[in-house]
Amino acid sequence: MPAITEDTTTVRVPEPIQPRDGFGPPPRPPEEDGGGEDPRPGWRPAFPVSRGRLVLWLVLTVVVMLFAGFSSAYIILRGAPAWQNVALPASLWANTFVLLASSVTMEWTRRRTVEGHTASAKKWMAATAALGAAFLGGQVLAWMELAGAGVYLASTLHSSFLYILTGMHGLHLAGGIAALAYVSAGVFRNRYSAAGHEPVTLCATYWHFMDGLWVYLFLLLMLA
Amino acid sequence: MTTHDEHAHPELGFWRKYIFSTDHKIIGIQYIITAMAMAVVGGVLSMLMRLQLGWPGTLWPSLENIFPTGFAGGVMEPGFYLSLVTMHGTIMVFFLFTAVLTGGFGNFLIPLQIGARDMAFPLLNALSYWTFLLSCITILGALFATGGPPLGGWTAYAPLSAVPAMGPGQGDGMTLWIVAIALFTASGLMGGLNYVTTLLTMRTKGMSMMRLPLTQWALFITAILGTLAFPVLLAAGILLTFDRIGGTSFFVPAGLFLADGTLIDHSGGHPLLWQHLFWFFGHPEVYIVLLPAMGIASDILSTFARKPIFSYKMMVYSMSAIAFLSFIVWGHHMFLSGMNPLLGSLFTLTTLLIAIPSAVKTFNWIGTILGARIQFTVPMLFALGFVSTFISGGLSGIFLGTSASDIAMHDTYFVVGHFHLVMAVAPLFAAFAGIYFWFPKMFGRMMNMTAGKVHFWISFVGVNCVFMTMHASGVAGHLRRIYDPTQYAFLEPVYGMNQFISISAFVLGAAQILFLVNFFASIWFGPKASVNPWNATTLEWTVPSPPGHGNFGPELPVVERWAFDYSVPGAKEDFVMQTEAPARVESS
Repeated sequence: MPAITEDTTTVRVPEPIQPRDGFGPPPRPPEEDGGGEDPRPGWRPAFPVSRGRLVLWLVLTVVVMLFAGFSSAYIILRGAPAWQNVALPASLWANTFVLLASSVTMEWTRRRTVEGHTASAKKWMAATAALGAAFLGGQVLAWMELAGAGVYLASTLHSSFLYILTGMHGLHLAGGIAALAYVSAGVFRNRYSAAGHEPVTLCATYWHFMDGLWVYLFLLLMLA
Repeated sequence: MTTHDEHAHPELGFWRKYIFSTDHKIIGIQYIITAMAMAVVGGVLSMLMRLQLGWPGTLWPSLENIFPTGFAGGVMEPGFYLSLVTMHGTIMVFFLFTAVLTGGFGNFLIPLQIGARDMAFPLLNALSYWTFLLSCITILGALFATGGPPLGGWTAYAPLSAVPAMGPGQGDGMTLWIVAIALFTASGLMGGLNYVTTLLTMRTKGMSMMRLPLTQWALFITAILGTLAFPVLLAAGILLTFDRIGGTSFFVPAGLFLADGTLIDHSGGHPLLWQHLFWFFGHPEVYIVLLPAMGIASDILSTFARKPIFSYKMMVYSMSAIAFLSFIVWGHHMFLSGMNPLLGSLFTLTTLLIAIPSAVKTFNWIGTILGARIQFTVPMLFALGFVSTFISGGLSGIFLGTSASDIAMHDTYFVVGHFHLVMAVAPLFAAFAGIYFWFPKMFGRMMNMTAGKVHFWISFVGVNCVFMTMHASGVAGHLRRIYDPTQYAFLEPVYGMNQFISISAFVLGAAQILFLVNFFASIWFGPKASVNPWNATTLEWTVPSPPGHGNFGPELPVVERWAFDYSVPGAKEDFVMQTEAPARVESS
């Protein structure tokens, strides 16, 4: 009788192969492989992305396509004979710096919330809102600077785009500030924790996106 | 799950239950009925157009009483005719087809067919409908604007649309048009976000993506198309608005004179830019209308052929391919805009590529009904009518998608005949098929099927008389938007054709009254419908007709199989519900 080196009495049962359902791996208990809204205990959605995050990215897709429309108009008209560049207001540089700084503070807010340091998160949250508002105020100052130099909406194609693109971006950022205000109410009431903080992270994603969008628009207006 | 369970929802009053509802079923029905009202308006406008084209210059004193400016002196005014063209196109494309197929069937069917209790965001859904209703009211308001409705066609080409002084309807009428389309876009985007989220995250246990009915796949792809295409139209509309009220010159070139000799104070813009932006939205819009129609027709064909759909996977892949290609073909609307011939060839290539997935779908539909013992119910007749008109209209599209032949055919009735068959009649037939099919689930009663058959046969013969004849008059050179063909001597041979088209159109229009009477009378007086009157397999047929609030009983259904198990060998009946477990089928 050969020496038994391994325990052969326990039969290795292979892991049951779970049926593929929807996209991605199935990180769910085996008895529940659907995504219904049934609030039974242990229920987890089959789709790997939360509903809030999915909607946020759909909204951002809409924003991307909106500005893709504006950008293609810009690029086509850039070749028109009547195109005349106008000097960009110097305050746009300062505004860009302010917005980039607000992205940093937003990121600190998110990280402090995720770590559960609510007191610290509150400060960064307030700083982000203040910087965002400062950016919007700065954009209005840039408009006033333009108007002071005699450059109006209808002056040239470049100035038309300058006003409309900054305005459309400002509207979207104002939406971000509104979301921030809504979320900050929760932050200041200590509603979010290291475990549950999705509104804060969604807000941060939107905010960074608006920051990136502005950098893109600024480069488009400056270089093209 | 057999009992009607209300899950402790308090009974709501009439207003909360049927008017200000967040229930997806009510919202879907609201969309369908609103779109039907819009269709009546759009249809009446087309009847007036046919009156003018069949008998140009005839005195209609009775119509002068109804339209004192449009029929000043009893004869239709040319400007009034152009506004009819514009409003008919706008109302039908946006407010009928897009609304009824995605808004109507999308809302009604998505939660029911995937096994969810409602949409992911019911309140957003209700907001989407009310925004849509507001846009309907706004576009109808354009009919009564100072100076009359807009004249520039449903495509609102610049610079006609960009300068309010260009024409009587280009002032307030055009402004209302832009507002209505912007509202419609917002409504469509709200719906689209909801559809994608619901379909991805709220499918019930066992309902994998590849077990979805094809209607659901179609609505999913359509929602993605809308999310990508509508914002571009919105961007174009914003720029257009600034041209009109802000003095900018995005779409207005320099040195443009008005008819009275006034020089316009704009400079430097590009009218073709509008066409690019519009058609970048406009061609996907064709498929926003057509894809749900394809999905509905696929499911209904399979149900009444009592056979599984032929090649389910290819149906899904071909719909995805059509959706992708629809974004790179917009230039075929602009072959005559002076584009580089090489670019024209590229757009021809991408356009003709769409023929491949379209043909895959068509052969799959034919494969589905081939050798089947077809049950010729009214929904099936309309689904077959969809396939028929999709083929006839699609084939003439090949000539228009090829730049060489399109240059001859452009802006003739050949185009009018083509797009009406393929993107108006085909989706309309699919919508009719869907309404006859799901009416029992919507209202708990059956529609009258004899009236339905009469409706189908008059409609089917009628649309072919109208739109196939238009292909012929187009080849003869009949121009697309002309008000009075008798002004052109070379069109004399088609005068008779025009009268034939007009008479056919009136008969066709009258047949739709039969449908409306059938629809509304059946809501109250139709015979009661059973849970599953068509012996179909999908989840909505497992619940009472109409389903209660929350759709399903205390437990959500569990899906065991795909949606096309018809005539399964060894099964007790010729259909197996999606909820039926495999063991129960074999034991029978």
